[in-house]
Amino acid sequence: MITFDQVSKHYPQGDALSNVSFHLDKGEMAFLTGHSGAGKSTLLKLIAMMEICTRGQVLLDGQNLNRIKDRQIPYIRRNMGLIFQDYKLLMDRTVFDNVAFPLVVSGYDFDQISRRVRAALHKVGLLGHEKKYPLALSGGEQQRVGIARAVVNKPKLILADEPTGNLDPELSAEVMHLFEQFQQSGTTVLIASHDLSLISQMGYRIITLNQGSLITEGKQ
Amino acid sequence: MNRLARYFQNHARAFFSSLGRLLTTPFTTIITVLVLAITIAIAASFYLLVKNTAQLSAGLEASNQMSVFLKQSVSDQAARRLAQQLEQRSTIAEVKFISREAALTEFKLHSGFGDALNALDQNPLPAVIQVLPAARLGEEQALESLADDIQSMAQVDFVQLDMQWVKRLHSMLELAGRAVAILNTLLAFAVIFITGNTIRLELQNRREEVLIAKLVGATHAFIQRPFVYTGLWLGMAAGFVAWLVVTGVALSLQTPVTNISRLYNNQFNILGFSFTEALAIIAGTATLGAIGALMVLYHQLQQIKPQ
Ligand SMILES: Nc1ncnc2c1ncn2[C@@H]1O[C@H](COP(=O)(O)OP(=O)(O)O)[C@@H](O)[C@H]1O
Ligand SMILES: [Mg+2]
Repeated sequence: MITFDQVSKHYPQGDALSNVSFHLDKGEMAFLTGHSGAGKSTLLKLIAMMEICTRGQVLLDGQNLNRIKDRQIPYIRRNMGLIFQDYKLLMDRTVFDNVAFPLVVSGYDFDQISRRVRAALHKVGLLGHEKKYPLALSGGEQQRVGIARAVVNKPKLILADEPTGNLDPELSAEVMHLFEQFQQSGTTVLIASHDLSLISQMGYRIITLNQGSLITEGKQ
Repeated sequence: MNRLARYFQNHARAFFSSLGRLLTTPFTTIITVLVLAITIAIAASFYLLVKNTAQLSAGLEASNQMSVFLKQSVSDQAARRLAQQLEQRSTIAEVKFISREAALTEFKLHSGFGDALNALDQNPLPAVIQVLPAARLGEEQALESLADDIQSMAQVDFVQLDMQWVKRLHSMLELAGRAVAILNTLLAFAVIFITGNTIRLELQNRREEVLIAKLVGATHAFIQRPFVYTGLWLGMAAGFVAWLVVTGVALSLQTPVTNISRLYNNQFNILGFSFTEALAIIAGTATLGAIGALMVLYHQLQQIKPQ
């Protein structure tokens, strides 16, 4: 699903990633860890085409992302679900409208949107909250809205950047459990997190970065 | 659902959602529409002014006649003799003599300033000899040399060629028409920039939304659509308001203009906008609004990149 081949990302201030290579299979779930500033977010941004690598190449489903044209990016992003530490919800829209956004953008008709939004909200346990605004929800609930939005399009790949960064341990475990369920239904999942105690007990592959270099791949 | 239906649904959604958004901030929307409407109303008034002057001058045919104004000191008798002398010339086909008295009577009758003239103790008007030259309208050299010739006579104050002032009037009108065209082009640019700026601010307010839209796979076309429709709505509303205002002004001027034109034995009606012209104003400003939006969006949407 994802292949990094000697990838480096250089910023004027310094290297965020240097010479990183790894492969993630279709349907696999993995954690990306490392201290703050290790390059976790940068790595995810390269996959989400929010940045372009300076050296090496990133392959997504066999496609070289260096060669993607700007106008193709939206169509590729429709096949991935992105989740952020700060949720990135639209505060002036209801839960329903937030979750429906990717579908509206892709031009689904209203019946389909309604059905899929309810299914996604059901998966994250928020059915019945459609008409609420994000500010009326707790942090954990807001993140679950973000997750529902990420999966509503039935993406092949989920990328999450510190999804539990703002949540207490109990809610964090719940959210991680949600990701396990998506993986079990065939989705590839890559989660950046520095919460080692939480992720090490889950038994998935752990990719560790240190100052932009890959130090362990966690593959047996 | 087929692609065409989806395309129209997307447009319909953007069309109405942009209207809905404008209505959620009525104050800002009204101010913007008014600023645009004033700009458009200025352009539309100038257009109407040119159209009415053209109507007024359309009746003025250039002729080969000339009017010879005599000096105040020339007596009516001497003037009459001069007229007869002129008529003998081969270069002149016909003359008509208007004495100072006759000129005054005619002026009192038609100008509406009769009372004012009565207050004067002396007739201020000169005697005039209207000359119909043998030369035709096209023969400018012959006409001008005849005019020069008459001008050099001692009794003559000045000679006016009808041809000349009609020509002057027409070229002045043409100049005015051109000036208005240039001015209206500038005002069209003003409409583009005003809507563009409004859209730029709106884009800044909704920056977060644009970012998220990009992250969930929205195309540029999808993102810019509601903003283009916002520009379209603003232009359309402003065009309509401008049409309403200028038509109102034209109607309110109709009665006084009719009164004045009656004094001059003239039936002059102010021309307003035709139905087609009204449509053209509204459609035109809507287009300008959309262009303003597109211009800003093309540049700004590239700048908003998810980081
Ligand atoms: N847009 C950017 N411009 C310059 N430097 C950046 C940018 N993004 C990240 N960096 C730098 O790259 C390094 C890795 O950052 P990041 O990928 O955000 O790490 P992490 O997510 O693991 O905390 C850091 O040193 C950071 O300062
Ligand atoms: Mg980070």
